[in-house]
Parts: sequence; structure tokens; C-alpha cells
Amino acid sequence: MKVPAPLVRLWHRLGSPRWFFETTAPWLPWLLGFGVVLLGAGAFWGLALAPADYLQGNSFRIIYVHVPAAILAQSCYMLMGTCGVVLLVWRMKLADMVLEAAAPIGASFTALALVTGAVWGKPTWGTWWAWDARVTSMLILLFLYLGIIGLRQALARPEAAGRACAILAIVGLVNIPIIKYSVDWWLTLHQPSTFKLTEKPAMPPSMWIPLLLSVLGFYALFIWSVLQSTRVVVLERERRTAWVQNFAAEQGSKA
Amino acid sequence: MNFESFSAFLAMGGHGPYVWSCYGLTLAVLLFNGLAPGRRQRRFLREQRARQRRQEQPQEQA
Repeated sequence: MKVPAPLVRLWHRLGSPRWFFETTAPWLPWLLGFGVVLLGAGAFWGLALAPADYLQGNSFRIIYVHVPAAILAQSCYMLMGTCGVVLLVWRMKLADMVLEAAAPIGASFTALALVTGAVWGKPTWGTWWAWDARVTSMLILLFLYLGIIGLRQALARPEAAGRACAILAIVGLVNIPIIKYSVDWWLTLHQPSTFKLTEKPAMPPSMWIPLLLSVLGFYALFIWSVLQSTRVVVLERERRTAWVQNFAAEQGSKA
Repeated sequence: MNFESFSAFLAMGGHGPYVWSCYGLTLAVLLFNGLAPGRRQRRFLREQRARQRRQEQPQEQA
């Protein structure tokens, strides 16, 4: 198979943390802007304009933060699993840096999905918590994130820590299809997915368009956070290189 | 607009505390994720400059 030349060039550049640091700097304000506008529009539409659910009333409006948080929790894990493969196969330093930077962010979205789910469950299911298949598999996802964070802190040698985290991230990928299909495989309290690739949503557009907007806004803000965090990890790990020392000195003379 | 008044919007038909606590928590998580790296970067740069000064490197004047 012939890989197109621009892709090969990009792949080689990704081997350079400095290239990553310099290239991503101008993206940050755009990601923040898109994220705030999309999520702001989605949240306002979902909170104030969308009709109330005929069964759940206004508590259903939690969907506009709960579903995006849950989607991002899983997307972030898939990103980390991919980074794990790239690190083990190609020894790319940047993959390990993303793996370190993304873990706490993924954990925060998973916790947010669990907590907003619990708060939504109280008026809807009549309980804060149920050992339901979807809820339990999301809890396992949170433990996977915490395990990866803890593993890195427990191992003193950075290279060994990176490889161990990569292996755990890859092994944990089996949980992702379990989360996805948990609502179909087991009898659960949790309602099935709103968005499916193969069908039209069961909701009216006045309910699902704001959900789509807030999911896209969450993606933009997630990428904004992961890029920022990865950039700091790049600086910390490359602190002995001349370019980081120059950058630090330049920032110092500006301040 | 789905609500008759602003107070009805806040009350969310009795579900106000559930809905607003979820949105508040989401805002807090998004803000923390977005602002924490900036703080960590400023702290790193401060410590890095101190390290470089100790080594008395000429980059200081760059």
C-alpha cells in the first residue's frame, strides 16, 4: 500500500515535540471560540427553547451536558488507546506525552458523566445509583483512567511508566464496546443511544439539534484542553533542550 | 421560548435543582480542564528560568 507523501511528512513531523508545540499554538484561541459558541448555543437552546419531554419533564434537559460528557469520556479513552499503540510500535515520544496529558481530562469527563447521570437518575429512575450495565461499565472506565494516572506516578523511570500506561490503555479498550452495547446486550434502566449512525434520531429536531451542537462544542473544548496540557508536558520533558530554554527566556523577558 | 417567565425557567417545573447543579458542575469541569494547563505552564516557566539563572546561561538576555 502506498501512503500519500503529505501523510508521511506529517507522521515524521509528529516525531518532533517542538514542531507540535509551535504548530498548535495558533489553534488554541479558535478551538476555545468554537467551543464556547457551539456549547453556548446548544445549552441555551436545550435549556430554554427545546420542548419539555412528555415523560421526564424538564429533567431531560440534563441530556445536553450528560451525553456530551459520556461521549467525550469514551473518545478520550480511544485517543489514549491509539497513543498507546503508537508508542509501543513506533516509540513516538509525543504519543506518550498525549497519553499523560489526556488521562486526567478523560477521568474528569467520566466522573462528570457519572455524576450528571446520578442527578438525572434521581427524578427519573427514583434512585441516584443503580448497578446497571451502562453505569457499571462507565464506572470501570473511571477506574481505568485512575489506574493509568496512578501507574505513571508509581513508576519512577519515565520510559517504563510510559510503556506500562500504554499497555493498560490498550487492554482497557475492550471496555469501550462493552459501554456502547451495554444498553442492547443487557436489560437496563438506561435509555438507548440518542444518536445512531444508521438511523434517524427518535427525538424531534428541536431536541436533537441542540444536543449535536453541545457535543461538537464539548469536542472543541476537549481538544483545546488536551492540546494545552500536552504542550505543558512537552515543555517539562524537553526542558533540557535549547529551544525550551530559549522559549522560557523569551517569555521571561516579555513578562 | 419554552417557559412563560424567568422564574419558571429557573424552577424547571420542580426539576431546577437537578438541572442547574448538572450545568454548574459541567461549567466547573470545563473551566478547570481549560485553565489548569495555563497555571501549570506559568509555574514551569518560572521554575525553568530560575534553573537557567542558576546555570548562568546567556539565554537569559534573549
